[in-house]
Amino acid sequence: MMAFLTRRKSLLVAASAALALSLSACGGSSSTTNPPVAEKPSFAADSTMAKLSSAGKITIGTKFDQPLFGQKGLDGKPVGFDVEIGKLIAAKLGIGADKIEWVETVSANREQFIKQGKVDIIVATYTINDKRKTEVDFAGPYYEAGQSLMVNKDNNSITKPEDVKGKNVCSVTGSTPAATIVEKYGAVLVPAATYSACLEPLRNKQVEAITTDNVILAGFVNKEPDAFKLASDETFTKEPYGIGLKKDDKVFRSWINDQLEAFDKDGSYKKAWEATAGAVIKTAPKLPAINRY
Amino acid sequence: MDVIIESLPQYWDGFLRTLFLAVVSGIIALIFGTLLAAARVSPIAALRGFSMAYVEIVRNTPLTIAFFFAAVVLPRLGVTFQQFEVAAIIALSAYTSAFIAEAVRSGVNSVPIGQAEAARSIGMKFSQVLSLIILPQALRTVIPPLINILIALVKNSSVAGAFYVLELFGYGKQLANEHGDAVMSVLIGVAFFYLLITVPLGYLATVVERKVAIAR
Amino acid sequence: MTSVLYDVPGPKARRISLIGSIIGVIVIAAIVVLAIMTLARQGIFEGQRWAIFGQADVWSLILNGVGATLSAAAVAAVIAFPLGLLLCLMRISDVAWIRIPTRIVLEFLRGMPVVLMMLFVLLVFATSSFVAVVAGLVLYNSAIFAEIIRAGIQSLPKGQREAGLAIGLTSFQSRLTIELPQAIRRMLPSLVAQLVVLLKDTSLGYIVAYGELLRAVQVMADFLGPQFLFPVFFVAAAIYIAINLAVSRLAIWIERRGSKKAAGGMAHVPVAGTVPAK
Repeated sequence: MMAFLTRRKSLLVAASAALALSLSACGGSSSTTNPPVAEKPSFAADSTMAKLSSAGKITIGTKFDQPLFGQKGLDGKPVGFDVEIGKLIAAKLGIGADKIEWVETVSANREQFIKQGKVDIIVATYTINDKRKTEVDFAGPYYEAGQSLMVNKDNNSITKPEDVKGKNVCSVTGSTPAATIVEKYGAVLVPAATYSACLEPLRNKQVEAITTDNVILAGFVNKEPDAFKLASDETFTKEPYGIGLKKDDKVFRSWINDQLEAFDKDGSYKKAWEATAGAVIKTAPKLPAINRY
Repeated sequence: MDVIIESLPQYWDGFLRTLFLAVVSGIIALIFGTLLAAARVSPIAALRGFSMAYVEIVRNTPLTIAFFFAAVVLPRLGVTFQQFEVAAIIALSAYTSAFIAEAVRSGVNSVPIGQAEAARSIGMKFSQVLSLIILPQALRTVIPPLINILIALVKNSSVAGAFYVLELFGYGKQLANEHGDAVMSVLIGVAFFYLLITVPLGYLATVVERKVAIAR
Repeated sequence: MTSVLYDVPGPKARRISLIGSIIGVIVIAAIVVLAIMTLARQGIFEGQRWAIFGQADVWSLILNGVGATLSAAAVAAVIAFPLGLLLCLMRISDVAWIRIPTRIVLEFLRGMPVVLMMLFVLLVFATSSFVAVVAGLVLYNSAIFAEIIRAGIQSLPKGQREAGLAIGLTSFQSRLTIELPQAIRRMLPSLVAQLVVLLKDTSLGYIVAYGELLRAVQVMADFLGPQFLFPVFFVAAAIYIAINLAVSRLAIWIERRGSKKAAGGMAHVPVAGTVPAK
């Protein structure tokens, strides 16, 4: 973006206001950190950590279309809070950011990718729940989001999920938030392929609201604060995001949990947040209590 | 298999919406496609040009882009609708009619020249030659390919699931998410309901094909 | 055919036709201008929205998308065609226990949405999105290729097969060496038309998050901001149409070349294959 700025300066001055908005939005999720890589960490032989560490590379699954958490940038690499968490863990294994292979995982294939060993870990706005726990293990949670509603700026009639009963609400086909808003609150689902595809119908007032995790919606509000707002700061579900890994790898799981707590203590958790989602969501999160099951 | 039985209401709802999209779009596309084919062989240059350009562009555009235009660009142009089925029907019928026009045109070309010559020699106008002599014969030979286009239409309606209409495939994705342990059964259930429409249509095509072959 | 449908228009008819044509062109032009003006009022043609196309990064992402589209289509076509030939030979086999199951399989493949097959492969076999896209395209298109070639074989004069059998070829040899080559040549236009369908169907890869052109621009618009949605989609649509038109032109060129050679013997038998199906 910066090179572009100098090259096309005259053009940009004319449109500076609009571009400043888009730049701040890009900037919000595109800055990255380079955590210091641990030198020759030692692990118990046969542990997953030892294997990954000696291989010198790791494959991490993340989302490529989730603003602030995991979103593919113009250079083709994902950026966001999930990505930073992934980098921090890799660094503790002695693996630099350049040795991480990022694989796009979508909601539908996350469990399968872990089971088949296509990825070593998944950091992908991955809500911990009991059903998923029967198939994979979760370290964390490292963040707690919650389902929320986004409406047009001038809409004051919707403040809580009960208000959308019988109304059109857009969400991603086959996602958990979509199921919740329909089954618990009686909304009429308008399905889309991605959350960003919901923006146009909302703008055109063909749907009353968009629903998904509050952090994703916050990203949209940030890009267009004059058009959209969150219906309320309250969330109506709890979505603890965990790090997915192979089932029954208890050693690896508790090691990641230890690292998460260490990141919290040494401030790298906060730093990762501020470099990414923190640019938009001002209230810094506290690391949720780790669930060591 | 329990999943399929348990979710029958959702499947049925989705099935009906898919059927609705296919039937309404199919009827519109048949009418519009035939008009396009007629325009393609008409004496008026502008009509020929329009028909040709339309068919060429639409046939070379992915359906997802057609859906994008109908569901996202049209509302920006002031054509808004509260029912997203309208956008899906516009996209599906606009897309399908280009293929129908091509099929009907090749059917028109398959009618022996003598038919048109005979019709004209007894004093018929272009509109009469086309509507009374050529199209009735052409339509008979194009029925099998037309049915195949309609089969494709039924399947194409599954793209509507990504463009704001909850139809059979959309329900399938939803059920697959809810029943992560029984994904295979869920999707086989979806396939079954599609085949419920497409296999009989395919069979019809085969039968008609045989009938037409005998007639010629 | 077209020319015999109506008399050569006289001066009056020509004048009416010309006036009609001019009015038609004006009406269409007016609609287009109105649409462009409406979009312009919403700022869609502002320079800065299109200035992103001056960036190398943007083009490298778009070209990546084009590459992903073309590579999935190419791999799928290369696998689907021989598989289609095989399915065709099985479908017309003299042996009932080969012919009948093949027929059922073909009916099944033809009747299923491609998006469903892609999702099925992705979820049930836990493949990468590339494999899921290619598998979905191969499953569907090989069935269609088989049907097209079968229609070609059926359109051959009976004498071809009879002659083959008469000189002592087995049924299979006659199919392989006499009928199949003629059928393929005869159906080349339909086969190429189906290639365009296959190419277009790569855009269904969104269902498994495959990074083809459309998804590439979608992800890019998400990153850049919603005001860039229209510009990137217009560019993607233009690229798609350009590629497909090029392939379609190829089909027409082949058809012309073929019909010159065969002096009109190139029957364009309409079959399922010329149909865009998902």
